[in-house]
Formats: sequence, C-alpha cells, structure tokens
Amino acid sequence: MNAALIIIAASTVFALVLGIFARSHHKMSLEEWTVGGRHFGALLVFLLLGGEIYSTFTFLGASGFAYGVGGPAFYIIGYSTLSYVFSYFMLPKIWRYARNHSLVTQPDFFARKYDSPALGVLVALVGIVALVPYLVLQLTGLGIIVEAASYGAVSKAAAIIIGAVVVTLYVIISGIRGSAWTAIVKDIMIISVVAFLGFYLPIHYYGSIGKMFAAVNAAKPGFLALPAHGQDVSWFVSTTLLTSLGLLMWPQTFGAVFTASEAKVFRKNAAVLPLYQLLMLLVYFVGFTALMVVPGLKGGATNMALLKISVATFPGWMVGIIGAAGVFTALVPGSLIIMCAATLFSRNFVAALRPRQSDESTVRLAKLLVPVMAAIGCYFAISGSSTIVALLLMGYNFVTQLFPAVVLSLRERNPVTKEGAFAGILAGVATVVYFTVAHETIGKLLPSLPEVVKDLNVGVVALLVNIVVLTVVSAATASRRLPLASQTAK
Amino acid sequence: MKHIGWLAVIPFIGMCAGPIIHNSATPFILGMPFILAWMVAWVFLTSLVMTVIYWVDPARRADEEAN
Repeated sequence: MNAALIIIAASTVFALVLGIFARSHHKMSLEEWTVGGRHFGALLVFLLLGGEIYSTFTFLGASGFAYGVGGPAFYIIGYSTLSYVFSYFMLPKIWRYARNHSLVTQPDFFARKYDSPALGVLVALVGIVALVPYLVLQLTGLGIIVEAASYGAVSKAAAIIIGAVVVTLYVIISGIRGSAWTAIVKDIMIISVVAFLGFYLPIHYYGSIGKMFAAVNAAKPGFLALPAHGQDVSWFVSTTLLTSLGLLMWPQTFGAVFTASEAKVFRKNAAVLPLYQLLMLLVYFVGFTALMVVPGLKGGATNMALLKISVATFPGWMVGIIGAAGVFTALVPGSLIIMCAATLFSRNFVAALRPRQSDESTVRLAKLLVPVMAAIGCYFAISGSSTIVALLLMGYNFVTQLFPAVVLSLRERNPVTKEGAFAGILAGVATVVYFTVAHETIGKLLPSLPEVVKDLNVGVVALLVNIVVLTVVSAATASRRLPLASQTAK
Repeated sequence: MKHIGWLAVIPFIGMCAGPIIHNSATPFILGMPFILAWMVAWVFLTSLVMTVIYWVDPARRADEEAN
C-alpha cells in the first residue's frame, strides 16, 4: 500500500464516521431524514447550494474541459453565478410554501402547488432519469481518482464498489445530515487543494499565471477565445443562460432549499454565492497548465488532466491528499443524489399510487432503495458507457424544463393550469429526448438558418416548445381553473 | 423602490455582452485572457448588484418580519 492510498483510505473512513456521528440525537422521521427537520442554518444551506457545483464533474470535468476545448469552458463560471441571481427571488417563496405545507421533495411542490398528484409523478420521473447519469458520473470520477492515485494498485471497478458501499451506509444511517456535515469537510478540502494547485502549478512550470496563458495563446492561437463554428458565441451565450435556469431545478438542489431554518438565508447567500464560484478560475488554471505539461490527452481522457499533472509533479503523499479531496467531491454529491432519487421514487412514485402509505413506510422503502440506486450507478459506471456525458447533458436539459412551471407558480395569480404544466414539461422533455437520441442539432434540421441560430444550445428549442405548449394548453383549460379566492387560500 | 428587482437583469446582460462584443483572447487582463477576465469581473459585479438589491429590497424586510 502506498502513501497516497493510505491517505485516501483514511479519509474515506473519516467520511463514514462523520456521517454516522451527524445522526446523533436525531430521530429519523421522514422530515428529519430528507430535509434535516428544516433546522439548517445559513452555513449548511450555503454549502448545500453553493458547494453543489463542486462535484467531481467540476474537479475533473472542468479542468478537462479547459484542457480539451479552451475558451468555451468559461461558461461554467458564468452560469453558476447567474443562477444565484434567481435564487434571491425564487428560493424564499419556494421555502415558505414548502414549510407551510410540510413538503419534503421537489415533486411534492408541483403536486401541491398545482393540486395534481399526476404532475408530481411526472416530475419525479423526470428527476430520477436526470439523476442517474449524474450519479454514474460521480462514481466514474471516484474510480478514476482512486485508480490514478493508487498508481493502478486498486482497480477502477473495486474503487467504484467501495465508494458506493460507503455512500449507501451513511445515507441510510444519517440521511441529509450526513451529507451536510461531510459537505463542510469536502469544501474545505477542495478549496485548499484547488487553491494550492491553481497557483502552484502555473508558477512552478511557467513563472506566473500570466506567462502560462501567454504560452498557451502563443502555442494555440484562438484557443482561449471562442471558435467561429460549433461552440461559438451563440452556443456560449445560449448555454450560459439556459444552464443558469437549470441549476436550481435539480431535484437534490431544490430539496436542499427545504432544509433551511428561515427564508432570509437565501437572500443573504445570493450576494456571496457568486464569489464562491471564483474557485472555478483556479480549476481552469490547472487545466490550461496541464495542456502544455502533459499534452496529448484526447476525448474522455481529458478528464485525467488534473490527476496526470498532479502525478507528474508531486510525491505520493501529496497525490494522496489531492485524491482524497477528489473522493470527497464524488461521495458528497453522490450521497445527495442517491438519497434524493430514492426518496423521489418512494414518496412521489410509489406513495402516489398507494395513497395510504404512511411516512414511516415511505422512509423504510426509500432506505431499501438506496442500495438499489447505488447498484444501478455501479453497473453503469463499471460498464463505462461512453454515452454517459450525452446522458448528463440530457439530464441537465430535462430539469431545465421544470423552470417555467416553477417560476410562474410563484406569482400571486398563476397563469399556468395543471394541464398546461403537465403538457409543457412533457413536450419539453420529449423534444430533449428526440434531439439526444437522433443526435440532431438545429443546424442539421434547418441548414439554411444563419450560424447564430444553428449553434444555439438545443435545450433552447426544447424550452421554447415547452413554453408554447404550456401557454396554449393553459389558455385552453383556463376556464376550469380554481377561483382566485380558493387558490390563494391553499 | 418596489422595482429594485429589475436591477437583477444587469448581470445577465453584462455576463453575455463580453464574448458577443469582443470574442478574443487579447488583451490579457491581470494575466487572464479577455473573455475569462470579463466573466470574473462580472462575478464581482453580480455580487455587488445582489448586495445593492439586498439592502434596498422591501421584500427582504417583509421576510424578516414574517419569520
């Protein structure tokens, strides 16, 4: 066993102990397990919302994205910042509604707000389908990290299975409290490691960050700007705006909102959360430094950029610390995803079909589903399907379809009917599936359009279809809408 | 000051304007390529805009009384 592996193993055990310790003195009711009894203060909510973006997809993916495509990778820092602008206006209202109606999941919100259990089932299914590839990505990242940091001593498959077992244990034992406390450790570790790598690596290899960028620009002119075709300005702007709508619509993020003890934490956090995204800058520095130091990575292998440059630069124990931070970025979001998917299935799918199911049996069933979800994640992660990135992008476009029905429902008079919301989400999701399965782009469908339109993110089309259907169906069914008095009373 | 929320449109326009107006790696600002430096500047400006909204917004006061 080498030094790196010992450090990674020790921190995994630490994560498990921390998760179990977090349970102390709390009886695990449905509300306690899923939303921490709505007792979380500003710091924990900040970390659950702001740290959400620092998953292994960011740690490995964003550095790999910068390494692989250059300029287009900058959209990540923009979309996450903008999504917190929405949080200021939307989250206090969502939180207050959830507290007043004892809601614990995102589909609960839809089912209650639109008075439609069927809509709850649809939203639960959309959420689960979006979450599975996200989980697979976390487990895959975990496998890559452990394999690289152990210099091949532990196979990717073994690491994935061990990681899944750890997550399963602490999710079952302590619910969201386990994830929240581990999130603190995760964020401290990731901030320290990324801050160190982001400054040290460019200075070590080039003398300064400026010289590093100048060298990249000299070697690959145009790489640090946006290309003329494909991921061009039009793609960049549409993707930034579109994904900023999606970030808060992920079911585990939406659910994290319910953990807050009071509404004002969201408004306060909205000014600080954008600054937290600056950490991404340092991840980019690592990716661009790796471009010239460990050249030649292509396609999916670009995700190895951060680890390759770490292994090439540092002794074993340092690789161990970097690897341990990486393992935490997989375990924490992984646990939130598994818990969320299991709860959605148990509460909003099974319980919707069996209305008499008690909260106790909902929790029991959700806990039984945790290892099932983990096993599904393991299967896809180990079989290593290359379509997983495509599935994740599909997942992102899926959850974005929920945005119009949420944001309009927060108005005093909701212009959307339950039929409108249902049809809009369904039409949007179907459009996403069509584009993903057929590998279509707007340019392929309508080749005569100008470049600006052709390179728009296809999610924009799905969202437009969604809004049109939602508007038309709502207008057609508006006469059956509840009178205003009973609508506000609910 | 009921319409203070409209200030929140500024970050969206600001964040997207840079790459639209000047899609280029140069000039380098604080060592960073232009588009990256532009986005980083707007992260700070977004935080500033949200701070201003926070201080002026009547909805926030209503929240605090409601809690």
